[in-house]
Amino acid sequence: MVVDIKEVYLDNSATTPVIPEIADKVREAMVRQFGNPSSLHRKGLEAEMLVTEARKQISRGLGVRDEEIIFTSGGTEANNLALFGAAMANRRRGNRIVSSPIEHPSVLEVLKRLGERGFDIAFCLVDSTGRVDPEELASLITPETILVSIMTVNNEIGTVQPVSELVEACKQVNPGLIFHTDCVQALGKIIVHPKQTGADMVSLSSHKIHGPKGVGALYVAGGAPLEALLHGGGQERGIRSGTENVPGIVGFGLAVQMATADFESHTGQMRRLKTRLIERLNSNRVKFRVNGPPLDQAAPHIVSLSFPGVRGEVLVHFLEAENIFVSTGAACSSRKVKISHVLKAIGLSSGEAEGSIRVSLSILNTEDDIERLAEALAAALKKLKGLS
Amino acid sequence: MRQVYMDHSATTPVDPEVFEAMVPYLTDRFGNPSSIYSAGRAARQGMEKAREQVASLLNASPDEIIFTSGGTEADNQAIIGYATANRHKGNHIITSAIEHHAVYDTCKYLSRNGFEVTFLPVDGNGVVEPETLKAVLKPTTLLVSIMHANNEVGTIEPIKELATITHEAGAAFHCDAVQTVGRIPVDVVDLGVDMLSASSHKLYGPKGTGCLYLKKGIKVESYLHGGGQERKHRPGTENIPGIVGFGKAAELAQARVDETGKRLRELGGRLAQGLLNAIPHSRLTGHPVNRIPGHVSLCFEFVEGESILLMLDQAGVMASSGSACTSGSLEPSHVLLALGLPHEIAHGSLRLTLGKGNSDEDVDYVLNTLPGIVERLRQMSPLYMKAGER
Repeated sequence: MVVDIKEVYLDNSATTPVIPEIADKVREAMVRQFGNPSSLHRKGLEAEMLVTEARKQISRGLGVRDEEIIFTSGGTEANNLALFGAAMANRRRGNRIVSSPIEHPSVLEVLKRLGERGFDIAFCLVDSTGRVDPEELASLITPETILVSIMTVNNEIGTVQPVSELVEACKQVNPGLIFHTDCVQALGKIIVHPKQTGADMVSLSSHKIHGPKGVGALYVAGGAPLEALLHGGGQERGIRSGTENVPGIVGFGLAVQMATADFESHTGQMRRLKTRLIERLNSNRVKFRVNGPPLDQAAPHIVSLSFPGVRGEVLVHFLEAENIFVSTGAACSSRKVKISHVLKAIGLSSGEAEGSIRVSLSILNTEDDIERLAEALAAALKKLKGLS
Repeated sequence: MRQVYMDHSATTPVDPEVFEAMVPYLTDRFGNPSSIYSAGRAARQGMEKAREQVASLLNASPDEIIFTSGGTEADNQAIIGYATANRHKGNHIITSAIEHHAVYDTCKYLSRNGFEVTFLPVDGNGVVEPETLKAVLKPTTLLVSIMHANNEVGTIEPIKELATITHEAGAAFHCDAVQTVGRIPVDVVDLGVDMLSASSHKLYGPKGTGCLYLKKGIKVESYLHGGGQERKHRPGTENIPGIVGFGKAAELAQARVDETGKRLRELGGRLAQGLLNAIPHSRLTGHPVNRIPGHVSLCFEFVEGESILLMLDQAGVMASSGSACTSGSLEPSHVLLALGLPHEIAHGSLRLTLGKGNSDEDVDYVLNTLPGIVERLRQMSPLYMKAGER
């Protein structure tokens, strides 16, 4: 018998549903305000105004200037544009780039390519919570260092980096370097305020905060020079050619506005739910450990859990049978059978890493969702222990 | 006031049916296709269906379709990606003088980075003549990129012949088909191309999505790096709703391409002929016959295209002076200059591009409105007065 039980979606670091209010705006921009912003007639102007308004919503949310926001096709393109664009535009000044081993593949893979092109790529260490130490990072900075890239919130374990301190430590050694931070997981979850942290470039993605997929942005302080990845019509000040994805941009703008407007209550709710989950696992006498930072230091929406002797993938499928969705790690790599580079970097053994799942929350989650997960986890673990 | 949108080469409205197909993937089946559980699988299935729909429209195999963020990305990916991955085969690239900036500027970029680029001239109708191509192909030629139809003047290029000549010389052929996919039948096998770019928002699909057809065996290097999506050709979480919308738009286009094409050809013909008859010192630009159905591009002497646009807009008619991307610039179009039009005539260009929403009444309205606008502007032009005295 098929029982129709409500889906519990707890994989919000992979992607989030579009909020209906946002979907309505997206529809309007597709069906009615459909113009090409480069066109000179009223439909074009109308579309251009939508892009301008969305840019304002985002720049306001970040406390930056409108012209410092470049729209992209998503977080991956923003990271590629930041690293490749800054490296190529500054290659006469030096060839060293410093990063961490727990970055997203859209940073690590670009660095690998840049390494093949003759750039000197150095990786700092992270501690057992995934944290980068400012002094350790600064020790890798040389006069040839043109670029540093450290993500603000890690997508697998939720580590929040001390970005202000990292920027300060790096720039003390070499004031001319460019500091990039991937804020795809941070946006809406911790305060993203580049003017306060001193970060020069910030990558953002829409679909992690209930906006549509296919759109993201790169903040570039003062419109610093970047070599373009895409060549063509010269949109986005020539840095990102291609007809603007107006409906996507409209949805993204509104999503940022909504995420930043109710920031305190949103993040407070996610944090409460996460604490509740740990309490319930404890009261159900489940054996587990939290990977990465302690709960109160981590981003409000991510928790990585290890269960000794149980494979994470098996748990994911058990939970799926109960209509509960979590992941083993990052979505991008979860279809590959591979030990997470993040869990390895914070010192987990292969066995521990394989036994981990990631629970990630959004503002749409409820107490009930957490109850369901805690119950289902306890039941699954009991069953699996019985089998072993 | 009547609103007449005749700028379908710039962009098209999303078909409501297309948006309806996208809705579930925005709100319910929103999963990340890389996830291993069922919500991810539902998203993946939606994407694979779209891949089949797009492949079917192009007569390609689904595994030859790589989804991109749009036509510009597809062009960049094809040209830079192929040139980088096949550098050992040569360093000469051939393109035409009338390509869209997404190809033209990309080739310029490569010319600054160690590649030799030849920009082929076109004839007075905007045609890339096969003989012209033949004359410049050489053993080091790696890639030829010629657009299927020009966005500004509508001329359809002899792609099949150009591709054959290219292959005889041992090079690969890329075709920017952003203006033709959905408007005329585009068959990658018949055309014989190795790569072909398409964009969703030109065929009543959503913006922010396009594709690159990549013939089996053709190697390109991805310009983006990250997760291994799109068989490592295009990392980044897939824009599932956009892709699903593109697929639906492709399916609808395939069903109606012949019928709509026929209707728009008639409407466009009537509009062009009517305007040429009513307005002295006017000419059609581009090929008189081999052009995109419903694509009307004209030049009027003694007037500025921009002025016509503004007055047309006040009358509720939305058109363009050239391509949308360059319409903010005061430079005359590189395409019209390549066709051999003098500067002063190229400045008086107007493009009216019809779409499936346009009616006979729309055409009548423009036929009733435009001649008066051109006449009023000419009355203000000292050049026109002077020419009258001659």
